[in-house]
Amino acid sequence: MNNLAPKLTSEQYENNFTEIHPAFNQNQATVEANRCLYCFDSPCMKACPTHIDISTFIKKIATGNIKGSAKTILESNWIALTCAKACPVDVLCEGACVYNERGEKPIEIGRLQRYAIDWYFEHGMPSLFTPTPKNGKSVGVIGAGPAGLACAAELALLGYDVTIYEGKDLPGGLDTMGIAPYKMSYMDSLKEVKLVESFGVKIKTRVWVGTTITLAETAQMHDAIFLSIGLGNSPDLNIPGEHLEGVCDALEFIENVTTRNWNSVDVGKRVAVIGAGNTAIDAATEAKRLGAEQVMIIYRRSEEEMPAYEFEYDLAKRDGIVFHFLTAPSRIIGNGQVEGLECVKMKLGMPDVKGRRTSHSIPNSEFRIPVDMVIKSIGQKPAESFLSQISNLKFERGKIWVNTETMQTSHPKYFAGGDCINGGKEVVNAAADGKRAAHGIDEYLFSRK
Amino acid sequence: MIDLSINCAGIRSPNPFWLASAPPSNSAYQVCKAFEQGWGGAVWKTIGEPVMNTVNRYGAIDYNGQKIIGLNNIELISDRPIEVNLKEITETKKLWPDRAVIASLMVESKRDVWHDIVKRTIDTGCDGIELNYGCPHGMSERGMGSAVGQVPEYCAMITEWVTEVSTIPVLVKLTPNIGDIRFPARAAKKGKAHGISLINTINTIMGIDLDTLELKPSVDGKGGHGGYAGPAVKPIALNMVSQVAIDPEVNLPISGIGGISTWRDAAEFILLGASSVQVCTAVMHYGFRIINDLVEGLSNWMEEKRLQTIEDFRGKSLRCITDFGNLNLLYKTVAEIDEAKCIQCNLCYIACEDGAHQCIDIIPHNGKNQPKIRQPDCVGCALCFLVCPVDNCISMVRKDDGSEAITWNELMRQLPQPLTWESLRQFQKKHGIEIH
Repeated sequence: MNNLAPKLTSEQYENNFTEIHPAFNQNQATVEANRCLYCFDSPCMKACPTHIDISTFIKKIATGNIKGSAKTILESNWIALTCAKACPVDVLCEGACVYNERGEKPIEIGRLQRYAIDWYFEHGMPSLFTPTPKNGKSVGVIGAGPAGLACAAELALLGYDVTIYEGKDLPGGLDTMGIAPYKMSYMDSLKEVKLVESFGVKIKTRVWVGTTITLAETAQMHDAIFLSIGLGNSPDLNIPGEHLEGVCDALEFIENVTTRNWNSVDVGKRVAVIGAGNTAIDAATEAKRLGAEQVMIIYRRSEEEMPAYEFEYDLAKRDGIVFHFLTAPSRIIGNGQVEGLECVKMKLGMPDVKGRRTSHSIPNSEFRIPVDMVIKSIGQKPAESFLSQISNLKFERGKIWVNTETMQTSHPKYFAGGDCINGGKEVVNAAADGKRAAHGIDEYLFSRK
Repeated sequence: MIDLSINCAGIRSPNPFWLASAPPSNSAYQVCKAFEQGWGGAVWKTIGEPVMNTVNRYGAIDYNGQKIIGLNNIELISDRPIEVNLKEITETKKLWPDRAVIASLMVESKRDVWHDIVKRTIDTGCDGIELNYGCPHGMSERGMGSAVGQVPEYCAMITEWVTEVSTIPVLVKLTPNIGDIRFPARAAKKGKAHGISLINTINTIMGIDLDTLELKPSVDGKGGHGGYAGPAVKPIALNMVSQVAIDPEVNLPISGIGGISTWRDAAEFILLGASSVQVCTAVMHYGFRIINDLVEGLSNWMEEKRLQTIEDFRGKSLRCITDFGNLNLLYKTVAEIDEAKCIQCNLCYIACEDGAHQCIDIIPHNGKNQPKIRQPDCVGCALCFLVCPVDNCISMVRKDDGSEAITWNELMRQLPQPLTWESLRQFQKKHGIEIH
């Protein structure tokens, strides 16, 4: 890569990647917990995809029953620590807090949840759940991300023998590999993995189903399969210069950053991130925090259509990220290595079927931006070639179709949840899917016998 | 111009706020500092018999993250010699002639001992004497404090020993640890006291440390009851003040004590008949500086209410105090929710549903669960109004037109006796009162 940004000192890295929402101490947690009104049938609980009984777990923090609080949380959500730190709480539980209606700061539900779950892990995961005796059935889970872990935990407690197959070195999926370190350390995700393993779930890492072993072999070993495979690679930009050194995929870049060997992650002095979703924001802010001098986001539509959450946008602006709206890349320039980005100005047209306005390039509006690195963040494609191995698998808009009550796919033995059915949502949606699928599988296997 | 000056049983002060006889009035240093900041008077920490304190002498109750809603103590009377205290009282009074300096006394129950201490106290030039018949721990075991306050005969006798030699006003400070507060008050009157101070602290055990299983506070593993004070005791104190205030057999000026933390509390004590108010726990928590808001807040409220002097409103709420049998049974209010203010916490719903009379429904509306009151079923108990966290969202609205009124006592004179459920039911039916 041309023009590498100079490496920072380890103190600088630590400082740049320190958690933006620090833990509550006991006093802060008690004060905040006591602020909770203990609403009946609370709106926050309904806003959470896993329907955690939030006011109850908060009241338990207020009384000093932290173990009970952790139990209330985990009963609904096995991925509670990651959710506490990485959930977009502004648009979920905290956004629904009745204090907003009163014009006051909502309860910091995420930080309180973290307080209880941190306590639980710091106290060595005291036993809270008793598995039902083994029922002799076995379930294979493909992918050790949040959906797979949640499904496995729930199934193990229901008496199933569960094996998770994970291609990567570390389990946890995007919880481990895809969350900005200033939101959460990958080690938190591994704590949740440990909890799931404590229920007897076997996790086989570095096993790519479809490569290391075939899908058919896997399916034969189990009574049901839960697909929590996430999404596949990023699509190509389909512009010249995409092969140049210095062009990378956002998720790969983020994965390198989450493992915390910050010194070994190269970043250019001038970085362009293509796309304006939440992943693009993560990539941009992480590049900046690694020492890039200029980081810009290139987005074909306007601020209004930008898919990133408001608070992510604010965070990026605070980090000094420059936004080029109504701009699309047309060519990556360079001789072996990235030297610049040719862009074209866009204008908005009529809304498309999803209601989002289309964008059209303005003729002869090309201009060049000198950059040293291009990070592509324009979403992920479904893992179509893998899924084509399953007969009769129905898709809907490029995503696996499931019965939303049971998470069963059109092939009765296969269930699915997480990004592979929703096209890429939050950790909490995956956690909810996984748990629901476990009950769907349980119902299927026991109504079938 | 607002005039906050008062005269309580012949003791004058520029405002009604006195330091109660307690740790904040332990020394000339503290009392002078309080006067500098604007306190109207101070009842010196009780002086008398030789004592020795334990360490670790306070315990507190926190509630929902709020510190010290109640404070108890096992501290004794002044642990400094009588001579030192009397000397400091003399110096303080000289420096602050316009403030009320009151000496609180507690000595052995012997007439000559009391005569001696009273005479020496008068020599300090102080404005009055308060007899501590309230201290509920340590001193009571030695036959003083509440051991006196709990026996009206002792109360009258010792008060008389004091008043027969005193040339300055004598207040008797009562213990609330008694069945009927009027009896010791009447005894004080019999002993020719000039006024009553109440309440002293309430017997309490503050709690147990759930790690050590010892009492809080714990003195080397042991403890016992202490005296409870602070915001939590205010309602108890208000009741006792009002009982003494309306008792025709007492009819003495009152210095109100018990959980007074703000000017609002003070106004309530005065409305129930107190001429001066004494403050301790709030000062122990926040310091003498609270006098600024006490004085300013009370003055502003008086100005708003067009009251010029304390006497303009002292005792004004006593006219409301009556027995249950004199309350109007036909007065009807029902709850009403201002939906524009409602935040859908539904605390009103669950309180009514589980804790009262099941007359609130939850109606889904615009994606939210809106509580609605079935007014025909509402008994007007006001529980929903009390739990609602939004100001003025739930109000209790009067539904009767005020044309009819009947009290229980009147009704009992009308209905055939002995009373039957059936005749009572007929009365209710006639007035459209449903019991469910």
